[in-house]
Amino acid sequence: MTIGTSGAPVLEARGLVKKYGSVTAINGADFELREGEVLAVIGDNGAGKSSLIKALAGAVIPDSGEILMNGTRVSFKNTRDARAAGIETVYQDLAVVPALDIASNLYLGREVRRKGIAGSLFRRLDMPRMRQEASQHLADLKIGIKSVNQAVETLSGGQRQGVAVARAAAFGRGVIIMDEPTAALGVRESGQVIDLIRSIRDRGIPVVLISHDMPHVFEVSDRIHIHRLGQRAGVVDPKKRSMSEVVALMTGAEEPTDEERAGL
Amino acid sequence: MFGKRNRNLHVVGTALMAGSLILGLTACGGSSSDSVKVGLITKTDSNPYFVKLREAAQAQADKDGAQLIALAGAFDGDNEGQVAAIENMVGQGVKGILITPNSSTGVLDAIKKARDAGVVVIALDTATDPENAVDATFATDNKAAGVAQGKWVKAALGAAPPQVVMLDGTPGGTVDTFRHDGFLEGFGITNDSPEIVGKENTNGDQTKAQTAMENILQRAPGINALYTINEPAAAGAYQAIQAANRQAEITIGSIDGSCTGVADVKAGKVGATVMQFPAKMAELGVQAVVKFAKDGTKPSGFNDTGSQLITDKPVAGLDSKDTAWGEQNCWGTASK
Amino acid sequence: MTTGAPATATPSVSSRFNVGSILREPLLGPLVALVIAIIIFSAVSDSFLNPQNVSLILQQSVVVGILAVGQTLIILTSGIDLSIGAVAVFGTIVMAQSAGANGPVVALGSTLLVCVVFGAVNGGLVTTLRLPPFIVTLGTFTAIQAATRLLAGSETYRVEKGPLTFLGTSFRIGSFSTTFGVVAMLLVYLVMWYALSQTSWGKHIYAVGGNPQASNLSGIKSGRVLFSVYVVTGVIAAIAAWAALGRIPNADPNAYQNANLETITAVVIGGTSLFGGRGGVGGTLVGTLIVGVLRNGLTQAGVDNLYQNIATGILVIVAVAVDQFARRRSQ
Repeated sequence: MTIGTSGAPVLEARGLVKKYGSVTAINGADFELREGEVLAVIGDNGAGKSSLIKALAGAVIPDSGEILMNGTRVSFKNTRDARAAGIETVYQDLAVVPALDIASNLYLGREVRRKGIAGSLFRRLDMPRMRQEASQHLADLKIGIKSVNQAVETLSGGQRQGVAVARAAAFGRGVIIMDEPTAALGVRESGQVIDLIRSIRDRGIPVVLISHDMPHVFEVSDRIHIHRLGQRAGVVDPKKRSMSEVVALMTGAEEPTDEERAGL
Repeated sequence: MFGKRNRNLHVVGTALMAGSLILGLTACGGSSSDSVKVGLITKTDSNPYFVKLREAAQAQADKDGAQLIALAGAFDGDNEGQVAAIENMVGQGVKGILITPNSSTGVLDAIKKARDAGVVVIALDTATDPENAVDATFATDNKAAGVAQGKWVKAALGAAPPQVVMLDGTPGGTVDTFRHDGFLEGFGITNDSPEIVGKENTNGDQTKAQTAMENILQRAPGINALYTINEPAAAGAYQAIQAANRQAEITIGSIDGSCTGVADVKAGKVGATVMQFPAKMAELGVQAVVKFAKDGTKPSGFNDTGSQLITDKPVAGLDSKDTAWGEQNCWGTASK
Repeated sequence: MTTGAPATATPSVSSRFNVGSILREPLLGPLVALVIAIIIFSAVSDSFLNPQNVSLILQQSVVVGILAVGQTLIILTSGIDLSIGAVAVFGTIVMAQSAGANGPVVALGSTLLVCVVFGAVNGGLVTTLRLPPFIVTLGTFTAIQAATRLLAGSETYRVEKGPLTFLGTSFRIGSFSTTFGVVAMLLVYLVMWYALSQTSWGKHIYAVGGNPQASNLSGIKSGRVLFSVYVVTGVIAAIAAWAALGRIPNADPNAYQNANLETITAVVIGGTSLFGGRGGVGGTLVGTLIVGVLRNGLTQAGVDNLYQNIATGILVIVAVAVDQFARRRSQ
């Protein structure tokens, strides 16, 4: 399987702009995510990468510019629209409900009802089915959790991350965006998350990985999108550039090549 | 697993605490015996009036070899608490229940159930409505008490044209109504008389009475006579009157007979008060239950435990006792 | 889990109806406390466990027990309802006054309407104005209490024996006598347990209380969920009003002044967290029973009313402390 630097674009943005009063959060930013790849998005604090990601996930509506999915123009009014289009996000704080069990968390907002009268009249949820499917999703991603009946709060940090990722992978048909997934984790658990990212890519779903952790970025991403001053500074190939060069590009100490500036 | 430790923590923690708490408190409680069980349910257990009632009941019970179980409502007006107390006492096998009802009507069903179960029920201090819902009532004739206060205040005013203010208790209470009407009768006026220049409810509470009096003093500058439902109300009203420096002009009457109240009469703050005898109510009540347990005779009817006008300024034609006598026979403590 | 390990087995699902599905971990503590209390009191007093006393404990818990279900729902959304008792009392006055003129059916209907409206007011203020539930319900509590006194005119209203006192009617199961009010209470618990554990509405309640951002990100309309919870609590208050008149057929504006605190006590002792998102009505039922058993048992043991209050207060503090401690350890 090719590394994906030349796959068809799945999610693109062109010239996105978003201003909050006198503050420009997105300053004519471009973005391109290709089929079958892991694209890391890096940038210094205040570079505007979270605003960009929020626009892609439907949490922020840009003032101008366009977003395309698989070549077709889309406009998201809220995160629901984005999710309906197949974009799932794993948030930095995981967005799980601690006291609910794993299956309930996985299906939060998308609960499955039983068939027939139990479901329609009595609104009864099909917990056995949700549990079954949740277990399957976890197993598919090789996440080692013994029972899906446990409350999420009883899990370790890495396991919770696994649940959040499994949720995105279960429903993400188009793109999965991960916001700082290893920020709060130790070495071993970070390794597990990196494995998860690879699993998802290998299943055919491209991943957008926002991260400060350079070693992780270099370990798992196929291309690296560098964000600066509210715009895309360029896209680099981690095989062709070293970590220190990439950091320099990120801070503006160095300039990208023309090819990199154009998005590789 | 982490979860299991949490569960054990919950179980052990709560269980230990609950267990030791219950054991400790149960040890503090009374023990059961084979003697006659008498139940006493007061309106609250914080008001010194009911404290006196309970102490007198306990003393009488000890004398007669009976066991007193004393409960109370959680607040003045708490009917549910008293209903639950009646039910619990019947379940514990009391022979009789003495009750000062918070609600003269709300407690009737529970009383009926108790009487149907063979328990004799006696109302103390406050009558039920209707009065015959209980076997007997031992209380002050509150009307007569009101009359005594009314007559004294009228006489103390002498020839001055009366401008009367009435500080009542809680609207709808039988005690309140009787005392109020009694005062009117003793004074010789009615609710519509022009002599009445102000009327406020105070719930028998000192602070509320003070506020009410302050408001009245603003709008009715010519007052010279004050009826109060009880002594805390009189004390609160006096504070307001003293602050306005009008204590020489206003004659205050009250009812209750607490030691604090008698002290106020002695100090000249309140002109006269009418004493009640809660101890007597409790004693007669306990005695009646013990008698019922012994030979099955039930008490009956309204039994007036009496009231006595206390003042250091007696008026002609009205029987009264001075504050020295009052100090001997008052209830509660004389603290300020 | 290590990198490159062979495919892990599919996690267990055990969807069989096991006791654990109702007795979730947090419930075990209060349940054990209840059992211990029962054992101790039955040892101290021989009349404690006899059927009439047990029936009595249940009957005395009915009104606060029903209200506590509504309080549980609201506390699960990390809110609190200080007005719940006042709404029910207002309901009893409406029911009693309406019965005199219009008959029982209209009376029940008016009470339901009035209580639902109050619930909607609470819910509306919380969701649209985004005011903290404590403040909102403190305000409505004060206003509704005053409105009750105005409506009742400082009188109490007797209710005729009939449909309105139905929940006070007793019946026997073998040698055990109980009232329909107790049945109604248990039904309310059952229905709410079902709603909380078996429907998406229930899951959303836990989500809104446990992690509001997560529920928004999951597409849950938290505003609607919150509003519905307050409206449902209004319905529950109406049922409690009906039960109250069954127990004491006299509508009294001074009644149940402490009911709001008593419901919070039952909820907290039952293990539901005041911070939202954790707990359930099962715990509240146990909490209600613990308070009822404690009062009844301590009364039988001859312990003074005030000491009983101290005991209940300490129990609340212990329950909250245990919950806090457990929470911190799970971070």
